[in-house]
Amino acid sequence: MGLYEISLATVIGINIILAVGLNLITGYCGQISLGHAAFYGIGAYTVALLSKMGWPIYLTLGAGFVLAGIVGAVIGLASLRVKEDFLAIVTMGVAFLFVGIVRQQEFLGGEMGIAGIPSHGMDKLTYLFLVLIFAGIAIAFSWHVKRSWMGYAFDAVADDEQTARVLGVDVKAYKITAFAMGTALAGLAGGLYAYYTRFIIPDTFGFIQSITILSMVAVGGIGSIFGVVAATVILTLMPEFFRFINDYKLLLYGVLLFSVMRFAPEGLAGFFKLLIPKKEA
Amino acid sequence: MLYLELIIQGLIQGSTYAIIAVGLTLIYGLLRVLHVAHAGLFTLGAYLGVVLTNQTGSLAAGILLAALASGIAGIAIYRLVYEPVLSRPPYVALIASIGLYIGMEELFRLVFGPFGLTFKAVPLQDVVVVAGVYLRTCQIVTVVTNIILLGLLAWIAQKTRIGTGWRATVDDPQISACFGIDPIRVRYMVFFTGSALAAVAGVLVALLSNLVEPTMGAVPSYKSLAIIVLGGLGNVMGTLIASLVLGIIEAFGTIYIGDLMDRDAIAFAFLIVVLMIKPTGLFASR
Repeated sequence: MGLYEISLATVIGINIILAVGLNLITGYCGQISLGHAAFYGIGAYTVALLSKMGWPIYLTLGAGFVLAGIVGAVIGLASLRVKEDFLAIVTMGVAFLFVGIVRQQEFLGGEMGIAGIPSHGMDKLTYLFLVLIFAGIAIAFSWHVKRSWMGYAFDAVADDEQTARVLGVDVKAYKITAFAMGTALAGLAGGLYAYYTRFIIPDTFGFIQSITILSMVAVGGIGSIFGVVAATVILTLMPEFFRFINDYKLLLYGVLLFSVMRFAPEGLAGFFKLLIPKKEA
Repeated sequence: MLYLELIIQGLIQGSTYAIIAVGLTLIYGLLRVLHVAHAGLFTLGAYLGVVLTNQTGSLAAGILLAALASGIAGIAIYRLVYEPVLSRPPYVALIASIGLYIGMEELFRLVFGPFGLTFKAVPLQDVVVVAGVYLRTCQIVTVVTNIILLGLLAWIAQKTRIGTGWRATVDDPQISACFGIDPIRVRYMVFFTGSALAAVAGVLVALLSNLVEPTMGAVPSYKSLAIIVLGGLGNVMGTLIASLVLGIIEAFGTIYIGDLMDRDAIAFAFLIVVLMIKPTGLFASR
């Protein structure tokens, strides 16, 4: 593999962690979030600051993971107060709030961001493997959650909150758990990204990024791990394929997002379902 | 004096928010769709307004034609985008709308160029002093136009047969259909009116800054979503008040807490605080 392929694959790995995390929140638990990139940013900034203070890589990654998860749990509290469209707007607000605050903070580098993040001390291929291992763990974890009792509880909450509550599912606890897990994964992805680029600016973690992650989940088919991973790979590679028509890249992206929702609202997972008939009825 | 100036600046900004958001909240009230692409029509209106004003030499003609064209584009968006996905979960329409908005922004960039357009001769730039505050005529025209249009809208909604039909359809589409109101026609009219108003707002904003850019809709699009939520989704009066309140809070916020967060963050911080205290917005819809 050349350097180009390695860096592309690293980005794919990071995006998979992001998308799988959002899929836990939006796909499994049915809580829409338009602010996922804020937690990606929290992870990246935590890692950037701590690694510049000399912390070793696994500690900084862990710190980003934990901190994003804690903030995510707090935002999860918001999902207890507001629902559906209101929640969409609140999480969108979180996206703008994060960028708006970071931009004005001297110690976070403001508009200019943080440069000179220490190296992870591996060669690029080893780092790629590290990222892919984390992505694999994220996939395995979310697959495990889906099969577990928790997965069924998430399903119930996503399907009909009232009924779930009547059946004795602790709706509040599950919602907060979903947010904490999903956002912690975003924090991890942010940390991996910070080590990968060694230079971060606030705009990377803005609303557009949140939408990009959400579109990976939606194009893949909300809730389907396989679909989400496939969509992440496709959507990450797509701008590269369309490099020769650089000017039309975003236009195509918009059109694709729109067309999938318009013509195949169930995303890739919907196609797979058509191809592979389910065994049990 | 600073207070008065901030309040006036806030009201100018707020009345512009109001005229964008009112269409959005009408559409939400009718279809439960968060119409992000509304801001695309705002930008479309601004571009058409500038181009047509430069062509015809008349600002009034520019505004009218821009409003008309955007209104028709609004109907087209309803027909082609929202109608087919109304039965799907709400995020489908939302993401489709975001995709459409991104596409529109890019289309403007490709058609009109990335650097933006300006008026050849910028109308209404004389400075007048009102109560000790320096204002440009275009700022006064903006506020007055917005008030007239919103007043007109309120009059149509409350006093005319068309307005009664609208309100009935929002309340209960099935019953009102039984009374002979065609819900599809109501939707067309709401999309036309809302989009035309957004276009007028676009031209007025272009007038204030003498610049139209492909990305000029980005901030209003998301902020007007915040406003209609603050106003209690679907509540027109609440939306108007929320717009003005937000305009003023932003004006004061940028002065007093501008070091902590930027203008957009202030708006959303306010939104989040309000929603945490009162989850249905400042004014619940019903």
